[in-house]
Amino acid sequence: MSNAIHLHYDVSGEDFTRAGEASGSVKKRLKALGYDPDAIRRVAIAMYEAEINMVIHADGGFCEVDIYPDRVEILLSDKGPGIPDVEKAMQEGFSTAPDNVRNLGFGAGMGLPNIKKYTDEMRIETTIGVGTNLYLTVRV
Amino acid sequence: MSKYFHSVELDADRCCGCTNCLKRCPTEAIRVHNGKAKILTERCIDCGECIRICPHHAKNATATKPEEIENYKYTVAIPAPSLFGQFKNLDSIDIVLTGLKKVGFDDVFEVSRAAELVSEATRKLIKEDRLNKPIISSACPAVVRLIKIRFPELCNNVMPLFAPIEVAARIAKREAAEKTGLPREDIGVFFITPCPAKVTEIHSPNYTEKSACDGAIAISKIYPALTHAMDHLTEVEPLGNSGLMGIGWATSGGESAAMLGDKYLAADGIENVIRVLEELEDEHIRGVDFIELNACSGGCVGGVLNVENPYVAQARIQNLRKFLPVSLNHLEDGELERMLWENELTYDADIFRLDKDISKAMDMMSQMERIASGLPGLDCGSCGAPTCRALAEDIVRGKAKETDCIFKLKARIQNVYDQLSNI
Repeated sequence: MSNAIHLHYDVSGEDFTRAGEASGSVKKRLKALGYDPDAIRRVAIAMYEAEINMVIHADGGFCEVDIYPDRVEILLSDKGPGIPDVEKAMQEGFSTAPDNVRNLGFGAGMGLPNIKKYTDEMRIETTIGVGTNLYLTVRV
Repeated sequence: MSKYFHSVELDADRCCGCTNCLKRCPTEAIRVHNGKAKILTERCIDCGECIRICPHHAKNATATKPEEIENYKYTVAIPAPSLFGQFKNLDSIDIVLTGLKKVGFDDVFEVSRAAELVSEATRKLIKEDRLNKPIISSACPAVVRLIKIRFPELCNNVMPLFAPIEVAARIAKREAAEKTGLPREDIGVFFITPCPAKVTEIHSPNYTEKSACDGAIAISKIYPALTHAMDHLTEVEPLGNSGLMGIGWATSGGESAAMLGDKYLAADGIENVIRVLEELEDEHIRGVDFIELNACSGGCVGGVLNVENPYVAQARIQNLRKFLPVSLNHLEDGELERMLWENELTYDADIFRLDKDISKAMDMMSQMERIASGLPGLDCGSCGAPTCRALAEDIVRGKAKETDCIFKLKARIQNVYDQLSNI
C-alpha cells in the first residue's frame, strides 16, 4: 500500500485574485494520478469555495491535503472570527460577505452548501474569536 | 505510422536547441535533448505557438503542396474566411474567389457559407434543448484536442457538430459530383488554411472516420500566386455567397455573435482559453450558455499560416462585412442531422497520467514531489524540460536524470572536487 501524498498550501488573505491557486494545484496532481474525473471535479469545486471563504471571512489561513488512492482528505484552517451559527451558515443564500465582495460575484450564500453538496464528508470545528477548521473528504 | 499525426514539425537542421518553444508550449509537449527540440506527439495539440515563437524558423507546418491539386480531375477550393483579410483595398470577396479559380481550382465554396449553416444548427439545437450547457464551440481543433487530453469533465460540453470546414467540404464534394458526373475520388476538395491545427484535423478527424476534405493548403503558400492572379483579373465572377455572419467567423466573437443571444463568452489566445476551461471545470463561470474559444489571438485571423498581422486582417474583415446581408445560407430539411458528429469526444486519460495503476502513480508522484523540492525552481529550461516540475516528472518517468539540471550538476562537480581536495 502506498503512502498518502501530502500537500500543504498557505492561503493568502491579502490578495483575492490568488484564491483558487491551491485547488488548481491539487486538480493538476489528481489528473496526473489518473483520478476519477468526477472526484477531481468535486475536490476542485469544494476546495475552491472553501479557499474563497477563507479569503473573504478569515484573512487567509492554510490548507492540508492528503491524497489516498480511494479518497482525498482536506483540512482548511484559519484564525478568523469563527462562525457564530453554523446551522444558519449552511442555509442556501445566507451570507455575511461584505458588499465589495458581492460586487465581484461572490457572497451568494452558496459557499458552505456547495461544499457540502460536493463532498462525501464535511465537519466544521469553529470557535468564536479563535478560528475555524473545515475537514472535507471526497471519495472516488 | 505514429498513432498521432501532427502538422507541426521540426526542421532539425535549423533548430539550435534554444528554449523559446520549450517555454511557450501550452501543453509542455516539447523537450530539448542533445541540442535539438523534440515534440512529444501525444501531447501536441497543433496550436502552432512554437511555429510563431521560433526565431530560427525551425518549426513548420506540413500541409498540402499547391501542385498536389493536379492529382484530381476536378478541384474545389474551400477558403477560410480569414483569407479575405489578407489583402489590401479589397472591395469584394469575389476578387479573391475568382483569383482562386485563376490559380488552378475549377470551383470555389466559401467555408463561411458552411459557418452560417453551423450557426443556424447551433441555434436550433439550443432552442430544442439538445445540448449540455454551457456549450463549448467545436470549431477550433486545437481547443477540442486540448479538452480531449486535459479536461475530462468538459468533453460532454463540446458541441457535437462538424466544424464549418467539414460541412463545406461535404457540400462542395456533393455539388461537384452532381455537376460533373465524376466519381467522388476524382474530385479534390482543398481547404485554404490559416493554421496547422486544421491540417491535423482533416488528416485525422475526431468526429468521423474520414474527412471529406482532401487536403489543406497554407494561406501563406498560395498567397504569392493568388495575389498575382488577383492583380491580373480581366473580369470578376460573382462567386461569393456569404453573409456578414459567416465572414465574421474569421475573428474572435464572430461565432458567438451569430448565436443571436447575449449569454455568450468569447476567449482567444491559448493562455486565455486554458484559463476559461479551468474556470469552467470548477464551475466558476455561470450564466453563460455558449462559449467560443479560439487558440489564436484574435481568432482565426491570428493563425500562424496567415501572412497579415491579425489585427489588420480583423479591421479589413470588418470593412468587408459592412454591406453584406446578415446570412445567405440556410439549413435544408434533414441537413442538421447530417452535421452531427459520428463519434463522441472521449477523454484521453493516458496523456498526462503517470501510470494506469494508481498506487504506482502515487509512488511516482511522491518521488516527483521529493525531486522537485530539491531542484532550484528557476524553470530556466537548461535541462531541456520546460519547468523544474516537468524535469522531476521526466526523471520519474525514466526519461531524464537529476544531473540534467545544470545546478545539480554544478553541485555534484563541486562535491567531487571537494572530496579530491581532501585526499
